[in-house]
Amino acid sequence: MFWTKSCSLIFLIATLLLSGCGSGESNVATGNRDGILHWGNGTDPQELDPHIVTGVPEHHILTALLEGLVLKDPATLEPIPGVAESWEVSNEGKTYTFQLRRNAQWSNGDPVTAHDFAWSWWRALQPALGNQYAYMLFPIKNAEAYLKQEIEDFSQVGVKVLDDYTLEVELTNPTPYFLQLLDHYSMFPVHRATIEKFGAPDERGSLWTRPGNFVGNGPFLLTEWQLFKKVEVAKNPFYWDASTVKLNGIRFHPTENVTTEERMFRSNQLHHTASIPIDKVETYRKKHPELLNTHPYLGNYFYRINTKLPHLSDKRVRQALAMSINGKQIVEQVTKGGEVPAYTFTPPDTLGYTAKPAFEFNPVKARQLLAEAGYPNGEGFPVTELLYNTSEGHRKIAVAIQQMWNQYLGVNIILNNQDWKVYLSSVDSGDYTIARAGWIGDYVDPNTFLDMWITDGGNNRTGWSNLRYDELILKLAPKASDREARYSMMREAEALLLEDMPVIPIYIYNSKSLVHPSLKGLEPNILDYTLYKKLSLEYDPTNVDEASH
Amino acid sequence: MFRFILSRLLQAIPVLLIVITATFFLVRAAPGGPFSAEKAVPPEVIKALEARYHLDQPMWQQYFGYLNDLAHGEFGPSFRYPGRTVNELIAGGLPITAELALYAMLVAIIIGVCAGVFAALKPNTPQDYIPMSAAMLGICMPSFLMGPLLVLIFGIWFEWVPVSGWGDLPGDKILPAITLGAGYAAFLARLSRGGMLEVMSQDYIRTARAKGLPEWVVVLKHGLRGGLIPVIAFLGPAFAGLLSGSFVVETIFQIPGLGRFYVQAAFNRDYTMILGTTVFFATLIVLFNLLSDIVAVWINPKLRHQLRDGT
Amino acid sequence: MPKPVPEGQIDQAEKGTSLWKDAWVRLRKNTLALCGLWVILFLCIIALLTPLIAPYGYEQQNLLLGAAPPSAEHWLGTDIFGRDMLTRIMYGSRVSLMVGFIATAVALFIGVLWGTIAGYAGGRVDAVMMRLVDILYALPFMIFIVLLMVVFGRNILLLFLAIGAVEWLTMARIVRGQVLSLRRQEFVEAAISLGLSRWTIIRRHLIPNTLGPVIVYTTLTIPSVMLLEAFLSFLGLGIQPPQSSWGLLISYGVETMEEYPWLLLFPGLTLSITLFSLNFLGDGLRDALDPRASKN
Repeated sequence: MFWTKSCSLIFLIATLLLSGCGSGESNVATGNRDGILHWGNGTDPQELDPHIVTGVPEHHILTALLEGLVLKDPATLEPIPGVAESWEVSNEGKTYTFQLRRNAQWSNGDPVTAHDFAWSWWRALQPALGNQYAYMLFPIKNAEAYLKQEIEDFSQVGVKVLDDYTLEVELTNPTPYFLQLLDHYSMFPVHRATIEKFGAPDERGSLWTRPGNFVGNGPFLLTEWQLFKKVEVAKNPFYWDASTVKLNGIRFHPTENVTTEERMFRSNQLHHTASIPIDKVETYRKKHPELLNTHPYLGNYFYRINTKLPHLSDKRVRQALAMSINGKQIVEQVTKGGEVPAYTFTPPDTLGYTAKPAFEFNPVKARQLLAEAGYPNGEGFPVTELLYNTSEGHRKIAVAIQQMWNQYLGVNIILNNQDWKVYLSSVDSGDYTIARAGWIGDYVDPNTFLDMWITDGGNNRTGWSNLRYDELILKLAPKASDREARYSMMREAEALLLEDMPVIPIYIYNSKSLVHPSLKGLEPNILDYTLYKKLSLEYDPTNVDEASH
Repeated sequence: MFRFILSRLLQAIPVLLIVITATFFLVRAAPGGPFSAEKAVPPEVIKALEARYHLDQPMWQQYFGYLNDLAHGEFGPSFRYPGRTVNELIAGGLPITAELALYAMLVAIIIGVCAGVFAALKPNTPQDYIPMSAAMLGICMPSFLMGPLLVLIFGIWFEWVPVSGWGDLPGDKILPAITLGAGYAAFLARLSRGGMLEVMSQDYIRTARAKGLPEWVVVLKHGLRGGLIPVIAFLGPAFAGLLSGSFVVETIFQIPGLGRFYVQAAFNRDYTMILGTTVFFATLIVLFNLLSDIVAVWINPKLRHQLRDGT
Repeated sequence: MPKPVPEGQIDQAEKGTSLWKDAWVRLRKNTLALCGLWVILFLCIIALLTPLIAPYGYEQQNLLLGAAPPSAEHWLGTDIFGRDMLTRIMYGSRVSLMVGFIATAVALFIGVLWGTIAGYAGGRVDAVMMRLVDILYALPFMIFIVLLMVVFGRNILLLFLAIGAVEWLTMARIVRGQVLSLRRQEFVEAAISLGLSRWTIIRRHLIPNTLGPVIVYTTLTIPSVMLLEAFLSFLGLGIQPPQSSWGLLISYGVETMEEYPWLLLFPGLTLSITLFSLNFLGDGLRDALDPRASKN
């Protein structure tokens, strides 16, 4: 009896598992035929409410579902018209007047008006909503004060509806990058009637973002959202520029595991990946360079130094540490993704801004500086801990740098990794010695890299403070008359930062992904910004097998 | 029997209460809150978020509030997925993980027990060494190695099965089930071989043989009963382990199951989600351990006294 | 239990000499088991002597060389930092063998004792003890690890604690199940009617009879402990780079198995050989210690 049971069980399980085995067409093959883009999207989106979310995967989906006043040209990153047809800047760069296009519609047919934007920004600034990116709205006059509930009356915030299709925005300071911010999801419009139908305007996590409920104004509509499985969007017929949209839909695949993602790509399940495993870059570069898409990315990898600690409070020690890192070897032998070693904090040529490199790889000078600081050949230098959050990539870099510091300076470094949340709390409370960090620019302007180092700034976390630096960044640069004057103040500030070296820049990020040759219209840019309406898939019916087996 | 089950179910209440209490305070003691982020968040926003999830209340108030919700079957809202409740997340992930665990369990039992019993019939011969060496390989190979290796061979080189997914493409359930089941199959093979060897040298087996019963009757009727006791003791925790330990396999194959929620929730400090999944898994563990005890008694009448003792 | 536990343990070791002597005689006749024993001993000696005989330093990098396949200079190749794999496997054996043996021994000791007492005592004692096992099963392991790290910092002892805390649970359940079924067998009932003390019965009759499954389970626990160590080290609880262990080497090797297969192959082979040896030894021991065999 036992055996008959077992046999029937084996049979059952085999049928269950093999049901319908005999692989069909791949995603790429069906996608190319039906105009559906299969997009590897990294981690699973947490929400689809633009005033709640915080991550890059959510950004990708939301730019397909919603549209702000202004878009960016993916090739040049210059502002191009979105919901706003045109705009005027007046009052020395402090007042923006937007003319909205009359044919912009929500996906239920309602017109998109200036009221929608005013209401959406009011919502984005409701503290109860818990909008972690609310600070993107802070250039608007009194927006910060309103969020902090220092003022109660929203009419004092610099957003004014002049008529249904005219919106006037008043800023605190002339903010040259303001137009760029309008393309960030925290400034996207949301459909008031829909949100109010499903709950209070400032209710976190009401059901309005579910498929069937979601009303957007972007080139695509939300049709399906299964957690950890997929988000599907289809072409929106109500979109004002629907004739430009070539794709019939996009399927966003959550691809948390980079190894799996690369294998999905290899078996033609994805057109585009969010990333690529470090060790695969070289293989692709040699064998399939046409599939590999790498380009500089507006972000940098660096180490924070806790300047409050006695042995690291001496800037010569910090300089010595910086000068004994062989950045070229790190990017060529360890990260291998075409990154560029960094010798300034702001990535070179950020909107025309390049700071003067403040140091170079120079072990001889580094040893000399360390000796001057009282630690000849590293003697007497306390054992120093290098902290990083748990990740293979960070570990590799830390292992290489640990060895460099030991070899060139004779100092002993121990590595310590912590899980992400513990790491954040250690760094935030100053409970670290040297810690790995990274920074991705929110917008293309040196300010996003420099305003974090002001005294006691929320993102400073090194204990470093320089009053002249604060003055330059907070007072002088924002009021500068033109770009050149502003940049020269920023250069002065960055020189102060790099002279004191509370941070060691290591390399400039590189965006790395795999792209199937049938995907056209992708423009590489430093923000990894994609305008989905410009993408298309090339369908070659003679070559249906190109993709599948 | 009824008294035994009832008494065990009653015992489950303090067990669950202790687990809930310990977890509730442990997660709040772990550093790094659910809303910490790399880019500093305005303090007003953090405050609002804490108020939204009652984290601004005194600890005891939060605790009893949570117990009250739980008594009503509410696990609360997820911190990480603002639009989802923990109930909804568990309801979404459970069927998938349960299906995966079931297939894996079947793979494990069928391969493991057959190999183990088969090997035990002729100990120290090739019939023993070959299946047992294969079982050893299964144990050596952790799922983080076996998964990618199987995918490479059968998904990429041979292109027989999809490399990831669950229920999307035909045949995509095969590799995850094998990967998850293999380690347990190897365990079961070893345990059942050991158990069988133990039993087959016992007096009552000799008696059975002496009575002139055919060997297969001896093995199946008398041998398996005693020989599979260690296996059955292992099955309860094993199934619970399969459910909660499917994390690695679910990550490798991008399966939207519960095991992944469980581990991710811990990393994200999604307090309600950690508690919800823990309570859920604790209940499962208690139930499966009870079940495996019942089955053990059912198989081996010598254990019946247990039922009277009510333990 | 009337008698304190440690005393009983010492007692058992003294009186058990004849059992162990018999076992050794039988073990020596089992070639496979002996081979296993020699391999394990050989590995332990290599591990002990590693600092003296390792060809390179385990942290010694050569970034320009990078990952190179096996060659005359580097018999097992080098990893992506140009570090010698042979050296790293040798140093890794120190960590892996130590963790494998010590953590398993801890789990074995607690698990067998716990399971036997629960199974023999029965009733309320059993219920309370086994429900405690259920509770420990159910607590979220990850949170436990994070807390351990934060409260105590990085410490190799914590690694043993964390591993021991999870590994003894299944052992206890297995032993209890076994004891329950033995308890009502004739020879135990006979011993009870002879008026032997409970502790003597546990020691002389129950524990020896559970040894079979226990040894089998132990040989299975050692590899999972070694792999658990890799996972905990990855999370930051165990050893830290540039140190290595077999588990860590394998988990790094998995990522590059297509590019640099030797980074996976050699540590994997080493671990497999060790486990095979352990199993042959375990099976041999099980047969040798079989109390019924001694009657023949």
